[in-house]
Amino acid sequence: MSVLFAHLGELLTGLLTTLELAAIAFPLALVIGTLLGVCRVSPIGPLRAAAGFYVHCLRNSPMLLVMVMVVFGLPYLGATVPLFGSVVLGLGLYFGAYICETVRSGIAGVPLGQIEAARAIGLTFSGVLRQVVLPQAFRSMVQPLGNILINVCLGSALGAAVGVQELTGSARQFNLDFAQPIPTFIAAVIGYLLITLTIGQLTGVVERKVRIRR
Amino acid sequence: MKSRSPALFDELGPRGQKRLKIATVVAVLALIGIVGGALAQLAHVQQLTARLWEPLIEWSNIRYLLQGLLTTLEVGLTGAAISLVFGTLMGLGRLSTHKWVSIPCAGLIELFRAIPLILLVYFFLIGLPMFGWNLPPFWVLTIPIVLHAGAVFAEIVRAGVNSLDRGQFDAAAAIGLRRGQTMVLVVLPQVFRALRPALVTQVIRTLKESSLGYVVGYPELLRDGQVIGEFNANFVQTYAFTAVIYIVINFGLSRVAELLDRPKKVRRRPDRPAPDPDPEPAASQPAGTLV
Repeated sequence: MSVLFAHLGELLTGLLTTLELAAIAFPLALVIGTLLGVCRVSPIGPLRAAAGFYVHCLRNSPMLLVMVMVVFGLPYLGATVPLFGSVVLGLGLYFGAYICETVRSGIAGVPLGQIEAARAIGLTFSGVLRQVVLPQAFRSMVQPLGNILINVCLGSALGAAVGVQELTGSARQFNLDFAQPIPTFIAAVIGYLLITLTIGQLTGVVERKVRIRR
Repeated sequence: MKSRSPALFDELGPRGQKRLKIATVVAVLALIGIVGGALAQLAHVQQLTARLWEPLIEWSNIRYLLQGLLTTLEVGLTGAAISLVFGTLMGLGRLSTHKWVSIPCAGLIELFRAIPLILLVYFFLIGLPMFGWNLPPFWVLTIPIVLHAGAVFAEIVRAGVNSLDRGQFDAAAAIGLRRGQTMVLVVLPQVFRALRPALVTQVIRTLKESSLGYVVGYPELLRDGQVIGEFNANFVQTYAFTAVIYIVINFGLSRVAELLDRPKKVRRRPDRPAPDPDPEPAASQPAGTLV
């Protein structure tokens, strides 16, 4: 136990790396996912098909495979990306597919009557989208997006499999160095619980603030 | 395509249709550009040479990967089967009126959903052996999957039970069933029928999670892909091939889940309104299901 406290800094550095990974990967996934989501609801057939293909492929492959392909595959394709960046890219590409579906179902969740009413009072297409559909869609997306953020944090643990010393990786390393499984893993579990419970609480608060009662 | 929300657009007039055609052509050209650029880059770094792709049509390599696929299916299906039982028990435990059952169940469910699966795998891989517990590799991989997927499924079961009409419980109580009998005879059959798509999704989840065999060195599909890729020095090609196998299998399963999810007209009595099809499938997805 005392060994753990003496070297707690290493685990805290790992926790910090986990947070950094998530903090960069989530916005990236948000950008990718929103672009894909827009493609999937657009009237342009080929774009819909391409975005759909991407989403199906990513959602049906294991995340570790995506991670391994990005981390070990990119150098073969002539792109040398640092390890940290590769893991961020892998997380962004993977969770972008999930965010795309969230965006799509957020838009699909807006009742048809709202859109018809907006068109009936003479709003143009962009007016319907900007003033009626998107504000409602964004509000209904808070909870699923919070879940995806939690999953990005948990997914960043796969960085340990490719050699990033984030929380899981540092716990593993610590265990190999000092052979203190129980305290080490409990410390890591507490770290993840802190992250997921905080995000869960925050999304709960935001969700209650912006919820639309129908 | 049903993904399109039709009311967003007016029927396009001649000018709008022309614009749409132009946009479509531009989009097609852009997509061709992206794919062509990617292929050009692949050719440039000489990843398209036949030498690198040929190993993938050699029977010995294919057989090796098929063995990996078999292991993946073994781990995935075993994990799914046990996690269904485990998840149902945990979910019902969490719904129990006895605090000394429901609180530990709730705690375990929240715990396993809140930590990454790979941490659990590492605990079984390097934590337990320090206490002299040496599990066979199959179980080092499968037990964490069961714990993780079971906890997620427990929440799905709980949501299923909670969404059941209250009248079902009242009616069961009225004919004198005890709580346990109500669950087994009345509630669970209905919940499981409603959850059939979720059962298939559970299989997809465990199949994907079994790729963590890569971490513990257990020869499932991803790990075998790595071995073959190393042996033939064609990482990119082998991983691409492996990805295709995963995607084909899981896509097929998710189609099955979608078919099961279709609202059934036959079973409803005509005087009853059909239940609302879930407008936000992604929103109802609990955390911890994606990896």
